Amino acid sequence: MSYLVNQVQTVPTGLRKVLYLNWALVLLLTAVACVGFLMLTSVAGGETSRWAEPQMKRFALGLVVMMIIAMIPIWFWRSVSGLAYLGALGLLLLVELFGVVGMGAQRWIDLGFMRLQPSEVMKITLVMVLAAYYDWLPLQKVSRPLWVIPPVLLTLVPTALVLKQPDLGTSILLVAGGGIVMFCAGVSWWYFIAVAAAGGALIYTVFASRGTDWQLLKDYQFRRIDTFLDPATDPLGAGYHITQSKIALGSGGWTGKGFMQGTQSRLNFLPEKHTDFIFTTLAEEFGFIGGISLLALYGLIIFFCVVSAVQNKDRFGSLLTLGIAATLFLFFAVNMSMVMGLAPVVGVPLPLVSYGGSAMLVLLAAFGLVQSAHVHRARSR
Amino acid sequence: MRRSPKETEQAATLVTRRGVVLGGIQLGFMGLLGLRMRQMQVEEADSYRLLAEENRINVRLIPPSRGIIYDRHGITIAENAQNYRVVIVREDVEDVDETIAKVRRLVQIEDRDIERALREMNRRSPFVPITLADQLAWEDVAELAINAPALPGITPDVGLSRIYPLGADFAHIVGYVGPVSERDLERLQNPDPLLQIPEFQIGKIGVETKLEGQLRGKAGTKRIEVNAGGRVMRELSRDEFTAGQNLQLTIDHGLQNYAQTRLAGESAGCVVMDVENGDLLAMASAPSFDPNLFVRGISSKDYNALRDNEYKPLFNKTVQGVYPPGSTFKMMTALAALRANVIGPEEKVWCPGHMTVGRRRFHCWKRGGHGWMNLDEALTQSCDVYFYEASKRMAERFGIEALSDLCHEFGLGERHDLPLSAIGDGLIPTTKWKLRMRDEQWLPGDTLNSSIGQGFVLASPLQLAVMTARLATGKAVSPRLIKSANGIELPVPDAEPLNISRGHLAAIQKAMRNVSNGRRGTARRSRIVAEGMTMAGKTGTSQVRNITPEERARGVTRNDQLPWNRRDHGLFVAYAPYDKPKYAIATIVEHGGGGSSAAAPPSRDILLYALYGDVPPLEAYPEDQRERIKTMHDEMDIRARLKPESKPSRA
Repeated sequence: MSYLVNQVQTVPTGLRKVLYLNWALVLLLTAVACVGFLMLTSVAGGETSRWAEPQMKRFALGLVVMMIIAMIPIWFWRSVSGLAYLGALGLLLLVELFGVVGMGAQRWIDLGFMRLQPSEVMKITLVMVLAAYYDWLPLQKVSRPLWVIPPVLLTLVPTALVLKQPDLGTSILLVAGGGIVMFCAGVSWWYFIAVAAAGGALIYTVFASRGTDWQLLKDYQFRRIDTFLDPATDPLGAGYHITQSKIALGSGGWTGKGFMQGTQSRLNFLPEKHTDFIFTTLAEEFGFIGGISLLALYGLIIFFCVVSAVQNKDRFGSLLTLGIAATLFLFFAVNMSMVMGLAPVVGVPLPLVSYGGSAMLVLLAAFGLVQSAHVHRARSR
Repeated sequence: MRRSPKETEQAATLVTRRGVVLGGIQLGFMGLLGLRMRQMQVEEADSYRLLAEENRINVRLIPPSRGIIYDRHGITIAENAQNYRVVIVREDVEDVDETIAKVRRLVQIEDRDIERALREMNRRSPFVPITLADQLAWEDVAELAINAPALPGITPDVGLSRIYPLGADFAHIVGYVGPVSERDLERLQNPDPLLQIPEFQIGKIGVETKLEGQLRGKAGTKRIEVNAGGRVMRELSRDEFTAGQNLQLTIDHGLQNYAQTRLAGESAGCVVMDVENGDLLAMASAPSFDPNLFVRGISSKDYNALRDNEYKPLFNKTVQGVYPPGSTFKMMTALAALRANVIGPEEKVWCPGHMTVGRRRFHCWKRGGHGWMNLDEALTQSCDVYFYEASKRMAERFGIEALSDLCHEFGLGERHDLPLSAIGDGLIPTTKWKLRMRDEQWLPGDTLNSSIGQGFVLASPLQLAVMTARLATGKAVSPRLIKSANGIELPVPDAEPLNISRGHLAAIQKAMRNVSNGRRGTARRSRIVAEGMTMAGKTGTSQVRNITPEERARGVTRNDQLPWNRRDHGLFVAYAPYDKPKYAIATIVEHGGGGSSAAAPPSRDILLYALYGDVPPLEAYPEDQRERIKTMHDEMDIRARLKPESKPSRA
């Protein structure tokens, strides 16, 4: 048994737990979500009922879920992390078999009241299972090759399933998320260097597979990469999204065009303006000031998570916190890079801002885990 | 498995270290994102703003309204009328085929229009209105409007389209407009973007095309906001178009109508010109056609009928048609000989009925000969031998150029600058011309043929009218067709006096008076008896081809026994009044037979209309002809003169 069990008497109990919540994090998450409500109102042309209201309801639900998860001791979550991982894997297989095909990809399971995206769940459960694994693994074994294989497999199996949907963005996030947890757990630098080299080789292979029978990516994914590398080649075709997004963002200037005054996003030049490209609307309407503010909010969330993790002597808790913070980071970093033309269009939403039920719920649930780790940690009295 | 506190401590330190490194990397990347944002939104903002503006704003052209064309009295010849049409918007229609079938039950639409509309529909975005049919009657539009609730996506619409209220009268002068064709676009170096507008109309022939630049006007623009799909969101601003210039022709609509009507049934051309300022009062070419048929694209059946008609209705006989002028050319030969001083006005020449040059014998039209002829008698009776002799003497001393120079001074062989299609140059042959074009020497026989307006000589009725006007005034009057543009009168250039002695000109004028008044004048039957309106003229008959020996053997001796298309052309040129010349006329009646019988009578009638400004009274005619003229006028379908609208309005 781990350290926490010995120190369990220092953990707050009962309603006192509420006092020990990481309230700064709650406020920051709410602030980011509010930015989302504002932007969803704007892209709906001032209508709140279209996207903003359902989003608010989900956020409220998500907050409640977060609180409930936060109240449950972290060691419970550690003990169920293996099960959670297997459950998410099962769901992924289920989509593979019965999923709803949407936007050219099998991604959802229709639960009736909402559509569940198992790949979203998997991002969190992967972090959980890896954190639990390293919590269990003695420190000296962490970098031994034999003990590196299980977490790598745990990461690659769901990644392969997601890639098959196909959802390139999420599979990259899964690999990156798994890698980050392993990195934080102390796996030797050499592995990462080796993986980076192998990754380079893989990218080469993927491109080499183009046009052959065993083509690894769909044509549209190749085209997205092409147009990412040179959007000008096809400004009205596949490069259209990137070009339009950059125009909208760049034309925002310092202070932006004002709330609901963004001509580019309002006039349908932008695709998926309420989901993946919502940051463009923000940057167009509130300019550099608005964009940098949102970035700062995200930065603060990361900062508070890192601080919480550093203060936490429990390995599971701190790895989980770092992993979830990294997942959040990967979300918005990839999304923003995409709309700024620094990364190909891979279909990653802006966390807590983009319209979308399951992503927001899953993320808030994940922050419930972060809160739980924060609350249920050993404190010196 | 219990862990030692030491291991726990070690692990915590490791996680802290790695966590801080990771956090640092993340913050670093966020810094990069921030810098990128700064670069795009602060440093490069202006260029992105420009792109955004281009994205959003779409400039659309507003077609200008085409200039209206009036006659000299302000009667509308070409205007823009409201064109009722029915348009279909595909995205509002549930079943296109079914809806079109429903519309066709209400309104007659031709198959080819439907095909065109369907093609257009496939090519364009679903929200673009496509014309199903146009030129609809008001009743059809009303019918559609009533049924509108049952026909979603079908809307009656109104646009502007050219119409020619005077129909066939002005078809050859004003021409017509039509949709822009691929050929029109190819022909132009730098086509006006306006031409890309569907259903934009452009001049095809006549004044409509020659003065396209003035008539078209300048397009207006409207800046509209569009979305990525191209759908119009709203109009931002609008610069109104500049309408095309309104043009006023020198033509008198009444005279033009009278001339067209008078020549109806013949294949003929007639030009009436003001001898003082060169105003063209009528340019009739019969038969004519309805230009309104062409505005929306003529059906191939109608077009073939026009094209295959033996009388060539599409051909403008007044400027495009060039003919051997025949005896109407004799004034030129006479004046050239007088100017060259090779013959005197009273000098007599013996006409035995023919003249032999080299081994060829050149006949006079009067086989028996005219006997002794002076200039006046030779012109009045149109003696050919007199002119053979005069031209022979002239050519021996000065060459044929003495004649051709004079012809050019009188406007023959000259291209008169008028805004009309396919103006013929005519031909006044010279030694050089024959050498260059035919690689042959000029022969004395060519001189003789030229002297009576045959052989190579070709002239259009317009050129003959100009010649007659110059004979009447002794000044180099030039024809003009445009009287004013946008209400501003165009200046009439002063006509230079011609290098002809007054006495010689007077001799010719007197002879011309005798042609249509003298006892032996060839056009005596077509004289005018009204006081102060005496006509001076000259008949001409130009052979299309000779009667062959075989035909002669079969007993064909007279022209009217030949098939129509081989009969002689009849010509007549005249001016009136003799004392104070006002109008000149030149008429050709293709294959009409002799000039005195075919061309002189209608010329007199048309000239009289010009002088009276309306259908001439019977007093102007010789007494014995009045009954016949009255019957003729009663039978003619003459349009009553129109009154100009008090305020010329723009449709």
